[in-house]
Amino acid sequence: MTDDHVDSGRRRLLTVATTTVGLAGAVGLAIPFAGSLSPSEKAKAAGAPVQVDISKVEPGQQITVEWRGKPVWIIRRSQEMLDQLPDLNAVLADPESEADQQPAYAQNAHRSIKEELLILVGICTHLGCSPGYQPDIGPASFDENWKGGFLCVCHGSKFDMAGRVYSGVPAPTNLVVPPHQYLSDTVILVGEDGGLV
Amino acid sequence: MSFIDWLDERFPATKVWKEHFSEYYAPKNFNFWYFFGSLALVVLILQIVTGILLAMNYKPDAELAFASVEYIMRDVWGGWFVRYMHSTGASMFFVVIYLHMFRGLLYGSYRNPRELIWIFGMVLYLAMMATAFFGYLLPWGQMSFWGAQVIVNLFETLPFIGGALSEWIRGDYVISDITLNRFYAFHYLIPFILVGLVFLHIVSLHKVGSNNPDGIEIKKGPKGNKWSKDAPADSIPFHPYYTVKDLMGLVVFLIVFFTIVFFMPEMGGYFLEQPNFEPANPLKTPDHIAPVWYFTPYYAILRAVPSFAGTQVWGVLAMGASIAMFFILPWLDRSPVKSVRYKGPIFKFCLTIFAISFVVLGYLGTQPPTPGLTLLAQVFTIIYFAFFLLMPIYSKMDKTKPVPERLTK
Repeated sequence: MTDDHVDSGRRRLLTVATTTVGLAGAVGLAIPFAGSLSPSEKAKAAGAPVQVDISKVEPGQQITVEWRGKPVWIIRRSQEMLDQLPDLNAVLADPESEADQQPAYAQNAHRSIKEELLILVGICTHLGCSPGYQPDIGPASFDENWKGGFLCVCHGSKFDMAGRVYSGVPAPTNLVVPPHQYLSDTVILVGEDGGLV
Repeated sequence: MSFIDWLDERFPATKVWKEHFSEYYAPKNFNFWYFFGSLALVVLILQIVTGILLAMNYKPDAELAFASVEYIMRDVWGGWFVRYMHSTGASMFFVVIYLHMFRGLLYGSYRNPRELIWIFGMVLYLAMMATAFFGYLLPWGQMSFWGAQVIVNLFETLPFIGGALSEWIRGDYVISDITLNRFYAFHYLIPFILVGLVFLHIVSLHKVGSNNPDGIEIKKGPKGNKWSKDAPADSIPFHPYYTVKDLMGLVVFLIVFFTIVFFMPEMGGYFLEQPNFEPANPLKTPDHIAPVWYFTPYYAILRAVPSFAGTQVWGVLAMGASIAMFFILPWLDRSPVKSVRYKGPIFKFCLTIFAISFVVLGYLGTQPPTPGLTLLAQVFTIIYFAFFLLMPIYSKMDKTKPVPERLTK
């Protein structure tokens, strides 16, 4: 082989092979780099279920507990609040709760296991603000025909007393009902369901 | 042999000085609008210096962050001064950049052959927004927390990948200590990327030469000025002429800047929002949340678009598109002239209502949403997009004035 002979085919093969191996290495390295930003085991473990004593919740009262770092509301609805629910169907986006925003046992007219007790994740389905509780029935600055419910002041989404979203607001779906179960008449466990109750 | 000679044999010090300062020939008619580029550079340096000083006392920990900011304000010698310079600097950076961008719109500085300068500038603007966003979480106040919550949830609206993507960004299911820690790392990193982008922005500017209020290419005109027979006749050396001019602009800017720092650092809730004086509470959203003023035009566009087809991704897409418009601007303008001075009445009208719509959207983004204001936001969102999307049509049909051969006053 003479000094000035260049085997360009062989040179191209070596260039392509080196580049390919280098790129494969870069991709391989990117996996642990990107993966290190995912939720850690500690963050995953923080999502344990929460027990709540509901015996002292009065009709119309809202209590808030923390589950997975999110607010969960427990509201004992009055009979007057429950009576409003069927009348609102015409102005709601998903009155029958068809979108998968609740466990099967809460896919009913009042979106709860027990009719009066409403359990919701208090995070707007739009961009994650926590809506305010507006239980008073009657004209309000944001709605002249207000029947009680939740208003997200961030972007103006409205929900009724079952967490069902009004149509024509930024939020696309009803508020989420978290998995939950009754451990007794006065204690619920948020974060874990015991199958169909 | 002098030190400079010794240095020049090893490093192109004199060469760079000549090419970019003493023998960089710029058009001789730069006006008021040309202050803002150099001011932006000064503010960037000020932000990096004050930011590094703050980092020495700040703690990126959800338990400690809020208190460490109060510690800086009360117990660190001059800490309040450094922090107010940093918070005022963030807002003033955007003031300066918006005026700098408007200068580009006025005089067609984005047009051939300066498209790449404009695109580097837009990437700079995006990186600046990212830095500001990451930085706003750090004090761990109510507005920090809920602002970050809303913005990260924007990614959640994307179909299929949204949920996993927003979890990956947060490193958790909610904004938490983990999120704060990584936002701090990004907030410290990106400014140095900004410095690199500024370098690219200026290198590409000096390759093609600066535009001017007449939008005339002085390199195509006659040659020979007082300093060089090869330089464009209508040019003057950047140093000392524009260094001194920019220094004068800097003095005026610093008077305004320090008046804010000393007498109105919160700027009526626009530079530092009231809810941020309360520590973050993941269970309670403040009654009214709005981003800092420099994001509000885009925020108003986000809110103006209603959700339909079971998703609210449309508002997010509209917001992304509103920023993307600037990137394609160099190819939307089909006018035969660059500068507004020689453009016709249609362009002047469109540019005016665009500027008005940007300001009105900015105001609407700070206000709580009501049906009336939402409708107004929708109208101005349409105007905003019409300015860009109809530009290929109206910039072509507009009646332009003849462009002179040489620079005017």
